Amino acid sequence: MFDTANLTKLIFGRLTLESLPLHEPIIVGTFAMVALGGLALLGALTYFRLWGYLWKEWFTTVDHKRIGIMYMVLGIVMLLRGFADALMMRLQQAIAFNGSEGYLNSHHYDQVFTAHGVIMIFFVAMPLVTGLMNYVVPLQIGARDVSFPFLNNFSFWMTTAGAVLVMCSLFVGEFARTGWLAYPPLSNLSYSPDVGVDYYIWALQVAGVGTLLSGVNLICTIVKMRAPGMTMMKMPVFTWTSLCTNVLIVASFPVLTAVLALLSLDRYIGTNFFTNDFGGDPMMYVNLIWIWGHPEVYILILPAFGIFSEVTSTFSGKRLFGYTSMVYATVVITILSYLVWLHHFFTMGSGASVNSFFGITTMIISIPTGAKMFNWLFTMYRGRIRFELPMMWTVAFMLTFVIGGMTGVLLAVPPADFVLHNSLFLVAHFHNVIIGGVLFGLFAGIAYWFPKAFGFKLDPFWGKMSFWFWTVGFYFAFMPLYVLGLMGVTRRLRTFDDPSLQIWFVIAGIGAFLILLGIASFLIQIAVSVLRREQLVDTTGDPWDARTLEWATSSPPPAYNFAFTPVIHDNDAWWDMKRRGYARPLTGFKAIHMPSNTGTGVILAGLSTTMAFGLIWYMWWMAAGSFVALLAVAIGHTFNYHRSFHIPADEVVSVERARTELLVAGAKS
Amino acid sequence: MSSDVHAHADAHQSADDHAGTRQGQLIGFGLSVVLTAIPFLLVMSGSLDKQVTALIIMAFAAVQVVVHMVFFLHMNTKAEGGWTMMALIFTIIMVVIALSGSLWVMHHLTTNMMPVHEMGQTP
Repeated sequence: MFDTANLTKLIFGRLTLESLPLHEPIIVGTFAMVALGGLALLGALTYFRLWGYLWKEWFTTVDHKRIGIMYMVLGIVMLLRGFADALMMRLQQAIAFNGSEGYLNSHHYDQVFTAHGVIMIFFVAMPLVTGLMNYVVPLQIGARDVSFPFLNNFSFWMTTAGAVLVMCSLFVGEFARTGWLAYPPLSNLSYSPDVGVDYYIWALQVAGVGTLLSGVNLICTIVKMRAPGMTMMKMPVFTWTSLCTNVLIVASFPVLTAVLALLSLDRYIGTNFFTNDFGGDPMMYVNLIWIWGHPEVYILILPAFGIFSEVTSTFSGKRLFGYTSMVYATVVITILSYLVWLHHFFTMGSGASVNSFFGITTMIISIPTGAKMFNWLFTMYRGRIRFELPMMWTVAFMLTFVIGGMTGVLLAVPPADFVLHNSLFLVAHFHNVIIGGVLFGLFAGIAYWFPKAFGFKLDPFWGKMSFWFWTVGFYFAFMPLYVLGLMGVTRRLRTFDDPSLQIWFVIAGIGAFLILLGIASFLIQIAVSVLRREQLVDTTGDPWDARTLEWATSSPPPAYNFAFTPVIHDNDAWWDMKRRGYARPLTGFKAIHMPSNTGTGVILAGLSTTMAFGLIWYMWWMAAGSFVALLAVAIGHTFNYHRSFHIPADEVVSVERARTELLVAGAKS
Repeated sequence: MSSDVHAHADAHQSADDHAGTRQGQLIGFGLSVVLTAIPFLLVMSGSLDKQVTALIIMAFAAVQVVVHMVFFLHMNTKAEGGWTMMALIFTIIMVVIALSGSLWVMHHLTTNMMPVHEMGQTP
């Protein structure tokens, strides 16, 4: 009997039947729905015989465009999960008054707010930003692909592996109950003995590998693979902001990796880096994680700034105002974002001198950001503005982000922060900048570049529905939180005593419901656009009369992007080409050297997932086995000599002829 | 990916070749040996004060880092069109900010926030 118990423990570690949350009806219900939906999806894929197609054309692809699209799909799927968490919190807080406990117990509620934060930052915002950069940057600089195409595929699957681990925690075991940054001592083994924090650590470590490598990849691409003539100061602004973002990724993510590694040492082998006793110092964790954490928010917002720059200049029909100042503002923000991290813990007790320094550096960031805002306004000034969907998101961003920026400067004043820290005012502030900045930017970018990726525009009606529901819903959901925060309501509360507060939470709940309609409209928009693709079709490759190089090629672009690498003479390369009466080359096509697909990325990421799962549940055999297999596959891949092939000249000729015919037909109609 | 990219890379290779000569490697090796031997001798002989010795070792280590970068990693202001140098400067700025900032912040936090009776236990 004793032996069986030991054997079970050896095989399953701490995983027992009790680890499955069968006693939580909400989770069981969710699981049933996810399982049914998943089975239906798998069944459909099998029925329509799509597995081979998906594996050959998508999962193993090294094409930056397809990887970019897969990143976007990952981000949108995870948005649904993260938003479900948000709705649950809003509902709980709207009803948990007058002695009511609401419908979530504290054990579950604490997991929900942690999962919401982690998912929205790491598995929604990051994949969406990385996806857009992946898709657009090589096209904007006239490259055939990124510098390391296989690495790109591997990065994507590592990010997905992290997302899979977080989703696993919903049904097998539990997620962290610590808040999205897992501060010790709460996240130490003594206060969080369960698997939640381990899921958190390993999901972020696995996904972090992907993020870091994709950062290296894109920096290298931008530095080394620009089309001839494209000097640094002729790069499109989105490429500039992508470069700065990836520099931030490469410089800051190792800090996250290191601090999580120290935390896992505390939890796994009993070191005392962040414990309360034996000389440990939890404050060091807070310090280190914000050295990563503050650059992280600029990693998210900088590409959004780039998107707004492209959209504003395209839809105003004008060259971007103050290109040089825009570039320098971006670079200054990149550097300054490293000098402000302490403003996340003004109240921890660093004293007046330290707080003043970091308060002032924080306020200084508003100067380059303000310069950008004026640049966009001056670009619009006297422009012939077309209020298409991307431009609508941009205007909404300008109005909303300024409010978020101003509350940010308010919070940067240390004495004010002592009153407002950890309150719903803070929650309102960062949602204001992340939704009003990053998310609006991503939606603008999706609406703007969707026709490039798929060859037809997104349906404008449902896009506008989504836009208005999101924008109005945002104000309804978060303005009440500013009010509540000013009244002193702290964040992450599950129940409330003061009945006079309830009305504000109800309004915020209504806002969340409006946002739900916004997300639904967005999904409907995509479905409707696919159905109406014949009417929405774009044959020109340049549906917005745009200015940068990605619009010079067809929509969707051929696998090789450009049959001939273009030569650049101007900032707005494509605009310049159009004005000079650029004629597409019709002859002289040569075979094109391209990288081959490989399944190694999927396998490596899969093994990383099982290794992380083994480590989380103390199934040491599984972790060790996966690690050895990981090394073997990685080394084995170095012996793969079938790394590239040539697209034969005939095929290039036929693809380009089809494009010529399409252009001629488009010009006639 | 395309052939012109490869041509690009080749051009760089030939431009950087003179940095990796045998003479350069030997000078680097000689300097490294000297820079390692002196701190070693200082510790062995124990002729100087402990703290002074530690400082000297750190100074030699810093010089050693530069020697390795120049002679073995062939870093100069022109390699890769100046990008190597730029990356190095950026890295140094980031590391200096993170380390000095952390030391400064943690010093204040420790002074202000650590309970007095536990101060003796902190190593």
